[in-house]
Amino acid sequence: MRYVVLMYGDESVWAEADEAARTETIAAHDRFSEVVRDHPGMSFAGGEALQTADTATTLRHEGGRSVVTDGPFAEATEQLGGFYLLDAPDLDAVMAAIEHLPSYYVLEVRPVDDSV
Amino acid sequence: MTPGQDGQDGQEALSAAYRDHWGPLVALLVGRFRRLDLAQDALAEAFVQATRHWPSAGVPANPAGWLHTAARRRALDVLRAEAIRDRKVALLVVDEEQRLDAAARSEARARQEVEDVLDPAHVRDEVLRLVFLCCHPALAPEARAALTLRLVLGLRTQQIARLFLVSEPTMTARLTRARRKLAAAGVALRLPGPQALDERVGSVVQVVYLAFTAGYAPGDGQDPVRVETAGEAIRLGRLLDELLPGRDDVRNLLALMVLQHSRRDARTRSDGTLVLLPDQDRGQWHHDEIAWAMALLAEGSTRPSTRTGVELRLEALVAAAHATAPTAADTDWAAVVGLYDELEQLTGSAVVRLNRAVALAEVSGPAAGLDLLDGLDDRLPRSHRLPAVRGELLLRSGERRSAAEQFALALERCDNTAERQHLRARQGLALSG
Repeated sequence: MRYVVLMYGDESVWAEADEAARTETIAAHDRFSEVVRDHPGMSFAGGEALQTADTATTLRHEGGRSVVTDGPFAEATEQLGGFYLLDAPDLDAVMAAIEHLPSYYVLEVRPVDDSV
Repeated sequence: MTPGQDGQDGQEALSAAYRDHWGPLVALLVGRFRRLDLAQDALAEAFVQATRHWPSAGVPANPAGWLHTAARRRALDVLRAEAIRDRKVALLVVDEEQRLDAAARSEARARQEVEDVLDPAHVRDEVLRLVFLCCHPALAPEARAALTLRLVLGLRTQQIARLFLVSEPTMTARLTRARRKLAAAGVALRLPGPQALDERVGSVVQVVYLAFTAGYAPGDGQDPVRVETAGEAIRLGRLLDELLPGRDDVRNLLALMVLQHSRRDARTRSDGTLVLLPDQDRGQWHHDEIAWAMALLAEGSTRPSTRTGVELRLEALVAAAHATAPTAADTDWAAVVGLYDELEQLTGSAVVRLNRAVALAEVSGPAAGLDLLDGLDDRLPRSHRLPAVRGELLLRSGERRSAAEQFALALERCDNTAERQHLRARQGLALSG
């Protein structure tokens, strides 16, 4: 199966992180990558880190017109900061691997809908 | 078939088959078809067929085999109909090994499946896989309990809805959503590996206990379904103890449930009113069950390896202290206080502290108990038991007016018929002085 791992986090944590904290965050991503590569039947199909939510541009349709606004679609403390796209045999394998990602993320795992 | 038996025997055989074979047969069908809805509906249909045939044609020699064959045929019919409609349905994830195993069997499949029904080791593994699937942490705790009751124990949706105090359509929707999520999210139908086992068994234990307490502490005390459900939860606990032998968490859970359930006949009067522990007729307790639970506790380790195991053992020992006291006055309250001490240190639970206050009041008087209740109001803002206990301790201290106020507060928060009657009686007593 294919899964997207959405990484939400408080952007100020990264902004205010010192050198050691940043190194640890990167090391956590590396450990996660190793676990994914070592797990049978599991591999990366994609993934990106995103720039902060203040760089987002949102488009909505309101009353038949499209309206463009500055900022993410929802104001929240935790913003989407990046994602991974994984091939994995099942949900348990994904959950075990993402344990290794930095602890300040809230992680949402969604299976890809391959029927469309 | 053994014709010549009358309809009464057919009915009894049906009830027995439902009780004994529902869970194992669902598990076998789930393993074979990898779809929870299909397995459940096909087996339900097989029981409908049995209801029609067994009373007149006689009970088959091998009821489980008969039901399995009927359910398998039904499932294949449904699959054919779906193939015609070309509907795509998500299948449960299974291990490659299981899939290959199933493929290798495809030639002699029908014969193999008949053998599977008779092979206890195979049935055992399939049931365990199903239990772990239903109790997967990807589902909300209440959905886990509902799904386990439906699939493993075969309770009807209507019964489960009553148990969790929701309407039948709501429960139907909850069960449907849970089944869909397991397949769509790719939760595997598999036994957890050694690393995840403790945590996953912990989740199963919670589900069983949630099912038990839903039956034991009724929202409406006059509902007989609830007592049966507590009994069903014990049946599930017993099954787990057989399937996962030697696990302290499972065994202590079983002991705790059996001890609490042993008092069921003494808990209410014939008019449905509640009888509190000290006033219960101990002759009505099921002493054979108490002896069984005490044997389970005696066999178990005094230092369980998991946290859940320790908690459950402490709770079971509290229940044991009550169950083995010949009269209420003989209760070893000092021991109970000690157990609640340990339990509170372990869990930090406000409910445990409330129970400790009750026990301490028995040892050191109502004032000591009341002191322990300080600070609990913020932590248990909706509990009716907190003002009920405080009222009781105030009444014992001779503070009738304050006691009556506490009983009034408890009544505002409580909607159980039997408990409300009790609270009203205590309020009346406080006001009468």
